[in-house]
Amino acid sequence: MNVARWTFAGLFLALSVSIQAADPNAIYAKGGTNPAAMACATCHGAEGEGLAAAGFPRLAGLSADYMKKQLMDFASGQRANPIMQPIAAALSPEEVDAVTTMLASKPGPKVERISRAAVAEEVGAVIALRGAWERNIPECVACHGPSGVGVGKAFPPLVGQSAQYLSSQLIAWQQGTRKNDPNDLMGHIARSLTHDEIKAVSEYFANLTETGAGR
Amino acid sequence: MNARTSALLLFALALPAHADNIAMEDQTQILTDAVNPASRQYFQPPKLSELPDNAFGKLVQEGRAIFVDTKTYAPEYVGNGLACGNCHLEQGRQANSAPLWAAYAMYPAYRKKNDKVNSYAERLQGCFQFSMNGKAPDATGPVIAALTAYSYWLATGAPIGQELPGRAYPEVAKPKGGFDLAQGEKIYAAQCAVCHGKSGEGQTSGEEYVFPALWGADSFNWGAGMHRINTAAGFIKANMPFGKGGTLSDEDAWHVAAFMNSHERPQDPRLVEGSVEKTRDKYHANDGVSLYGETVNGQILGKGF
Ligand code: HEC
Ligand code: HEC
Ligand code: HEC
Ligand code: HEC
Repeated sequence: MNVARWTFAGLFLALSVSIQAADPNAIYAKGGTNPAAMACATCHGAEGEGLAAAGFPRLAGLSADYMKKQLMDFASGQRANPIMQPIAAALSPEEVDAVTTMLASKPGPKVERISRAAVAEEVGAVIALRGAWERNIPECVACHGPSGVGVGKAFPPLVGQSAQYLSSQLIAWQQGTRKNDPNDLMGHIARSLTHDEIKAVSEYFANLTETGAGR
Repeated sequence: MNARTSALLLFALALPAHADNIAMEDQTQILTDAVNPASRQYFQPPKLSELPDNAFGKLVQEGRAIFVDTKTYAPEYVGNGLACGNCHLEQGRQANSAPLWAAYAMYPAYRKKNDKVNSYAERLQGCFQFSMNGKAPDATGPVIAALTAYSYWLATGAPIGQELPGRAYPEVAKPKGGFDLAQGEKIYAAQCAVCHGKSGEGQTSGEEYVFPALWGADSFNWGAGMHRINTAAGFIKANMPFGKGGTLSDEDAWHVAAFMNSHERPQDPRLVEGSVEKTRDKYHANDGVSLYGETVNGQILGKGF
């Protein structure tokens, strides 16, 4: 009995050691244990700031829970992406925990907070701050927070991302390759936006920031 | 007696008889003629781009700012985490979300029930004291002036004294077997918690609420119209889940409204002699469906905080 308990404890210790052994900075800069888990930094930038020109998203300052969910969704195909699918599938749960926690602790983009009280004139600002309710499109900031800074673990920031990345995601929802949002809360909105609105609202959020991939 | 003093006298008369600091004691349900909202064309309020660039336009914009971000623009009158626009969607423009364009031209409103006439200013004051769990701004002060201007402008071209389709919240038929709190809890977890939080606490970004609290100290109080299950069911049916209004069945809207309103929230500011029972008898017993003063899960609701 006692022996069994001690072996158990030993096993547990070994396990928790291996959890701690997942070094987030090493995974991020050099890749995971499985070689298919390529170094994140190559595409997401040395500090997780993203690569605007290529449409690779910023990860610094995003919620760890949100990123964990995205990695699961890439692996399962709920969010279909040929680049991230094999990478997400090759990361162990411990590696996912470690790297997302590390990235979440980095600072997000600094931005002036613009709420719905602000005046909105251009198409992008109108969609962001007023919505288009006749098509059931609410103000983006009502869910993504003032200036799209993100809210909690389910609503990612829009500010800090490049216009190219933002519009690629809205188009992915329209085309059905991204269908991982809870209760289609985002999907129905993306599907109702016109091409011009997608372009304008993506530029609106991308241009709000002073730092990061949005510039 | 000059015009000014008689106006003042009139104003004094309009103050509630038993002189608490309650501006508009009557928070009973607004009765509308039940129409099928889908079958009607709604009134179209003017666009903000049409707003004139003058002193009037400026006042309207001030009113709009107070309405959508009440805590920033009228902080001294707000006692919870809400903004007017949280319950009157699309900045007070959305039909079936108690839009301001349908409200403005219906005041002063006569209530047979207590043989009183309530002005628009009093209605606005009432919302501050109950829905916002705060203090009534002065009826002749800048906050009420700005909100009135915003409402007046939204109602441009609306007929006076005529009930427009889309006013208030729709009537939703009560489920045949009554409401079911356990069912409501399930719907809440599946459809609402992602935004409003596991315990109805809402979600903030920095100091500001993005998703408002549905119950608890930062939500509307026991005197607010939204605490009535029937009123909440109407709001929820038409407006929630946010962006997907009209997707819940009538029954589900009732179950989840009842679940929401089976939790503690700030006290009814009209509290009679410190007694929940007396307050229930006076204000709640004959006004829609409410759990104020009822026992749920072994707890009497209505204690406040
Ligand atoms: C070869 C380039 C590349 C590498 C390497 C890479 N990513 Fe990505 N990543 C992408 C692209 C492209 C996307 C956007 C996918 C899409 O369009 O859906 C993305 C998206 C993501 C997202 C979703 C972000 C959001 O805002 O939803 C997360 C999280 C993520 N990557 C994490 C990682 C991690 C962790 C690593 C390292 C283990 C990594 N990525 C390595 C290219 C890469
Ligand atoms: C009803 C709430 C809601 C509203 C309103 C809303 N979103 Fe979203 N949005 C979401 C949710 C939830 C997600 C995360 C989905 C997931 O879990 O993958 C999301 C994700 C996104 C993403 C992907 C971000 C990333 O890092 O991959 C983009 C882009 C986006 N939204 C743009 C918009 C725009 C533009 C608007 C306004 C037209 C808008 N959203 C309005 C709920 C909303
Ligand atoms: C918690 C939700 C909530 C908040 C917050 C709220 N209201 Fe209301 N409002 C209601 C309800 C409920 C009614 C009454 C509807 C009924 O009885 O059917 C109402 C009614 C009104 C009416 C009268 C509508 C009509 O057609 O006669 C006006 C005007 C109004 N509110 C303005 C405001 C203002 C201004 C604020 C902010 C100071 C505000 N409301 C905040 C829920 C809210
Ligand atoms: C996608 C996020 C989201 C979901 C899901 C959602 N809500 Fe809301 N809810 C909001 C937002 C945002 C507001 C404020 C609206 C505004 O300011 O434009 C709100 C306002 C409210 C209000 C009035 C304000 C208050 O705090 O009392 C009630 C009541 C409400 N929601 C109930 C519900 C119920 C019940 C459900 C589930 C059936 C639900 N909501 C689902 C986002 C959501």
